[in-house]
Amino acid sequence: MASIDMRNIVKKYGDGFPAVNDVSIDVQDGEFMILVGPSGCGKSTLLRMIVGLEDITSGDMMIGEKRVNDLAPRERNLAMVFQNYALYPHLSVYENIAFPLRLAKAPNAEVDEKVRAASKTLELDEHLERKPGNLSGGQRQRVAMGRAIVREADAFLFDEPLSNLDAKLRGQMRTEISRLQKKLGITTVYVTHDQTEAMTLGDRVAVLKRGVLQQLATPRELYENPGNLFVAGFIGSPPMNFLPVTVEGTAAKMPFGSVELPREKAEKAAGKGLLIAGIRPEHFEDASVKGDAPPGSTFRATVEVVEWLGNETYAYIPFEAPPEVEEQLRQLERDLDGEALHTQLVVSLDGTSRITEGEEAEIWVDGSKIHLFDPSTGENLTVDQEHAGRIVGHAMADAAEQPAAAG
Amino acid sequence: MAAANATRDKVGTWVGFVLILVWCLLPVAWILSLSFKGTDETAAGSPQFLPKDATLQNYRDILDNPDFLDALRNSFGIAAISTLLSVIFATLAAYAIARLEFRGKRAVLSLALAIAMFPVVSLVGPLFDMWRTFGLFNTWPGLIIPYMSFTLPLAIWTLSAFFREIPWEMEQAAQVDGATSWQAFRKVIVPLAAPGVFTAAILTFFFAWNEFVLAISLTSTTSSRTVPAQMSYFVGPDPFNPPYGQLATASVVVTVPIIIIVLLFQRKIVAGLTSGAVKG
Repeated sequence: MASIDMRNIVKKYGDGFPAVNDVSIDVQDGEFMILVGPSGCGKSTLLRMIVGLEDITSGDMMIGEKRVNDLAPRERNLAMVFQNYALYPHLSVYENIAFPLRLAKAPNAEVDEKVRAASKTLELDEHLERKPGNLSGGQRQRVAMGRAIVREADAFLFDEPLSNLDAKLRGQMRTEISRLQKKLGITTVYVTHDQTEAMTLGDRVAVLKRGVLQQLATPRELYENPGNLFVAGFIGSPPMNFLPVTVEGTAAKMPFGSVELPREKAEKAAGKGLLIAGIRPEHFEDASVKGDAPPGSTFRATVEVVEWLGNETYAYIPFEAPPEVEEQLRQLERDLDGEALHTQLVVSLDGTSRITEGEEAEIWVDGSKIHLFDPSTGENLTVDQEHAGRIVGHAMADAAEQPAAAG
Repeated sequence: MAAANATRDKVGTWVGFVLILVWCLLPVAWILSLSFKGTDETAAGSPQFLPKDATLQNYRDILDNPDFLDALRNSFGIAAISTLLSVIFATLAAYAIARLEFRGKRAVLSLALAIAMFPVVSLVGPLFDMWRTFGLFNTWPGLIIPYMSFTLPLAIWTLSAFFREIPWEMEQAAQVDGATSWQAFRKVIVPLAAPGVFTAAILTFFFAWNEFVLAISLTSTTSSRTVPAQMSYFVGPDPFNPPYGQLATASVVVTVPIIIIVLLFQRKIVAGLTSGAVKG
C-alpha cells in the first residue's frame, strides 16, 4: 500500500516532442485513480512512467515517500495488467500466476497457498493446469489480474484492460475490477479512453489532452462542473451540446431562441460577446411531457431524426453555427476523436414523448444547468470552483499548442 | 459434383505426393541397397536394384575401420561445438537486433547476409595460409571457426525474425513482475523463441555435418578430418574398382544421425507457440 505522487512529470521524446507535459497528479493511498483521454493524450505513457517502463524526462515520481525515477520496474513493487494481458504462453495458468513469486524465490508451500487463494478469488480453479492459449478472453483477463494480485504490490496499474473484450464481458469485468479493488483496498491507477469506465470505476478521474492535464476531479464533479470545453465534451454520453450564444441581461440568445439564465451565471458572461453554451442532452425535455410549471424556457425546433430507446428518446436537431465558433467546434470534435459532419443538437427526451421525425416540436430547456465557455480559451466561465476538483488553467490552450501525438 | 471434385483432388494430391517421394527417396533407397551388396555385385557391370544375397559385411568393415570412426568422432564434435556456439552467439545477437535501435543495425544485417552468400571456395586459399601461420591447420577449432562464420548469419536472420514476433509486452510484464533483464530474457523470451533456436540449431548442424570443401582443405590427418572428407579417401586396393559398397555404407551411417536429430527436433519446431500470449 502506498500513495503515488506525480510532480510536474514531463516526458519528451528524442525529437523534443512532449508526450506528457508538466502533469501533477496525487493518488491517495487506496484510491482508484483513472487516467482518461482520447488516443495520443499521453495517458499510457504516464502509466508506463509510473511502472518504470518509460524514462521520465523531468519531474518527480514518488511512490510512498520514495522517489523512484531511477529505479528499475522490478524495484518499484507495482503490479500491472497490460492491454493485451501479456501472459506467458509457455507456462500454465498456475505458473503464470506464480511467476512473480518464483522470481522472488518464495518457498513452494507459500507459492501454492497464494496462487490458490488468488485463483479462488478470480474463479480460475478449474483452469489452473491449462495454457493461456486455451482460455477465452475473459479468462485470460482474469489470469492477468491473478498475476497482479498474487504479489503484495504497493499499487495496481491497469492499461486499458477491458478494451479487448466484447461489450457484455466488459461490463461484467468492470464490476469485477471495482469489487476486487474495494475488497483489497489497494491504490490503483487505471488508464482508459472509455469515459463510461472512467465514470463508473474512478474515485477521481484525471482528464488528459495531448499530454496536458485538463482537470482532476471526482466523476460527479467532472460531469457537473467541467473546467473547459474539452472536458465537457469528453465526459458524458451522448456528449454535451455546444451552441453559439450571446448573453444580454439574463437572456441567452441561441440559434433556436432565447433562454433565461440564473442571474449569477449571466453576470459572469456579461459583456463577453459571442460565447459557446454547453447543455447536456438530458437538460432538454419535450415541453408537452414536462407539464407547465418547471422553471426554464421553451423553444420550437424541427426534429430531424428520432431514436426511441424505450426509457428515453434521442432527438437530433440540426443548426447552423456562425463561422466565429464553427472552427472552434470542429477542432473540439477532432480532439475528441469524433467525425461529426454537421452541427446538431442532441436532446434526450422522456420515453413517452410522441415527437416524430420532421415535426416541429416545443422543447423545454433547463437554463440553470447551462455552462458558458469562452470560445478563445475554451474555459468554463460559469464553473462552480468549489465543486470542480482541480482545474488546470489554460490547459486547453496549452494542449492546442502541442502537435498531435501519434497513437 | 462437389464429392467427385473432392475425390479427384484427393487422388491428385496423392499422385503428386508419391511422385515427390519417389524423386527424393530413390537415391537414398539406392544407397541403402548398395550398402547391403557384396563386392562382387557392386563390381558387376549392371547391378540389379535389390541385393542378390544381402550381407552385413560392409557394415562390419566400416565399423572396424579406425579412420572412419575417428572421422565420425570429429564430425560429431565439430558439428556439435559449432552448433552450440553459433546458436548462443546468434541468440544474443538476434535479440539485440530485434529489440534495440542502434546505428548500423541495417549494416550489420546486410553484412551478415553478404557473408552467407559468399562462396566458400574463395576462402579456402587464404584460410589455408592463415591457419598454418596460426597453428590452427588440421585442428578442430580450425574447422569450427569458419563453420560458425558461415552459419551465424543464417542463424541470426532466423532468430531475429522469431524474436520480432514475440510481443515486447512479454518481457515488460516479466520486468514488472520482478525479473531482471537477464531473467526476463532467459525465462520468457528464450522459451518462446525455442522453435527458432531449434531451427537455427538444425540448420547449423547440417551445414557443419555435410561440409566438404573446407573439411578436406584445412585438414591433413584423421585427428580432425570429418566424415565427408574422409570418405574421399576410401579408394580401396584396386583403382578401377572403388569400394562402392563401403562408400554407400558410410553414407548410410552418416545419414542416420541426421534423420534421428530431425525427428527429435521436429517436435520442438511447433509454430504458433506464442498463440494465447496476447489477444489473437
